[in-house]
Amino acid sequence: MEDAALTPASVAGPPDTDDLIACPKCDALYVVHVPKSGERAVCTRCHHVLIAPKAGAVVRVATLSLTVLILLVGAAFFPFLEIRVQGFRNASSVFDAALAFSGPRMVGLSIAVAALIILIPMLRAILTLYVVTPIIADRTPFPGAARCFRLAEELRPWSMAEIFVIGVGVALVKVADLARIEFGPAFWMFGALVVLTVFQDVSMCRWTIWHELDSRARRAGIRLT
Amino acid sequence: MSAPQHTPTAQDAGLIGCTVCAKVWPRGTEFCGRCGEPLRSRDTRSLSRVWAYWIAGWFCYVPANLYPMLRTQMLQSDQASTIVGGAIDLYAHGAAGVALIVLVASVAIPIAKFVAIAYLAISVRRGWQTSGHRRMQLYEFVEFIGRWSMIDVFVVAILSALVQLSVVASIHPGPAALTFALSVVLTMMSARSFDSRMIWDSLEQDSAPEEASPADAPIPEGPSA
Repeated sequence: MEDAALTPASVAGPPDTDDLIACPKCDALYVVHVPKSGERAVCTRCHHVLIAPKAGAVVRVATLSLTVLILLVGAAFFPFLEIRVQGFRNASSVFDAALAFSGPRMVGLSIAVAALIILIPMLRAILTLYVVTPIIADRTPFPGAARCFRLAEELRPWSMAEIFVIGVGVALVKVADLARIEFGPAFWMFGALVVLTVFQDVSMCRWTIWHELDSRARRAGIRLT
Repeated sequence: MSAPQHTPTAQDAGLIGCTVCAKVWPRGTEFCGRCGEPLRSRDTRSLSRVWAYWIAGWFCYVPANLYPMLRTQMLQSDQASTIVGGAIDLYAHGAAGVALIVLVASVAIPIAKFVAIAYLAISVRRGWQTSGHRRMQLYEFVEFIGRWSMIDVFVVAILSALVQLSVVASIHPGPAALTFALSVVLTMMSARSFDSRMIWDSLEQDSAPEEASPADAPIPEGPSA
């Protein structure tokens, strides 16, 4: 991957602020120069990737979000793991795992786990679709698109499906000599989901989406916020 | 031409950069017109919030290690295990690798995180001249790794949902599951409250010297397409 050089802005006479970009991590100021598809514009001071456009990335983000959404619904309710010991058996879905913390003090934890592994990833997929669909269709952004995209970004660290999958691995080892475990369909759905989520995060250039939203809103003469 | 002393920042130019979408606004603008984020040239209360969450997280982390995380009821036995106790059990069962994962995720990472956040906050406050790039990498590492401590909470959730085989074997969450989850969330919020732009403000000289002085570099017409 090629890194394109960005020109630091002069302190003395800044041009129009629309042509500038400030690194969100270290505040270094540059003149916007959109690199070629596949290249990245990187902050020369802190090496944060500022702009990384890829051809067809927006369409890919949308299809991945849609797939993630479908898989999540399936993964939440289909049996996830099944355990057998001496004639006793118990199948549990991801939803059951989220609701495992019962009792008055643990209810909050149940809600939190459900949110972290199902609800927040689902919400992020829906928000992303809401934001990028008009860009793909070459239309003006939907109302509140900026707020939705900001929320989706804010929720990113709180979407923990991939961590849950590693947790499943550890749990399996813990019960391995206690019982026989069988994988349900939801287990494989969740596995696929994790790979897709990583792909989605990698292929999305945030700056490009913000820029698209902004320029489309301007052309239509509406305000984003 | 002399070596660069300091990469020009939005603050130097009398501007404010948005930390969400990287757009630049004149000083005095309250909200980003593109994404709606409240604009602050530097988050002056950032450090107070970092320490508040840090202390709260530490208060949750200590009981999380003292109280049992899991209660396992089998035909003849009833056993409660703490985080470290659970890892020792795993090791005793011959699963040294998994025991290591649990120890790293629930003991090493949380403690390293507490130390790293405290170090960053103190270094910024005292104006230490340690390499900005090094500290930036540390900060990004803390942000990336923080979520992975949730593994143990998920393991408890999965085991409690799955292992419900009436008298043969059943597993229930212990009080430490709640305090541990809280401590992970609080340290994540502590790290997120840290304004990484402060790392670079305290430096008199950027650590990556380049041949050409950025302040003297010509400003090309920004192709803002």
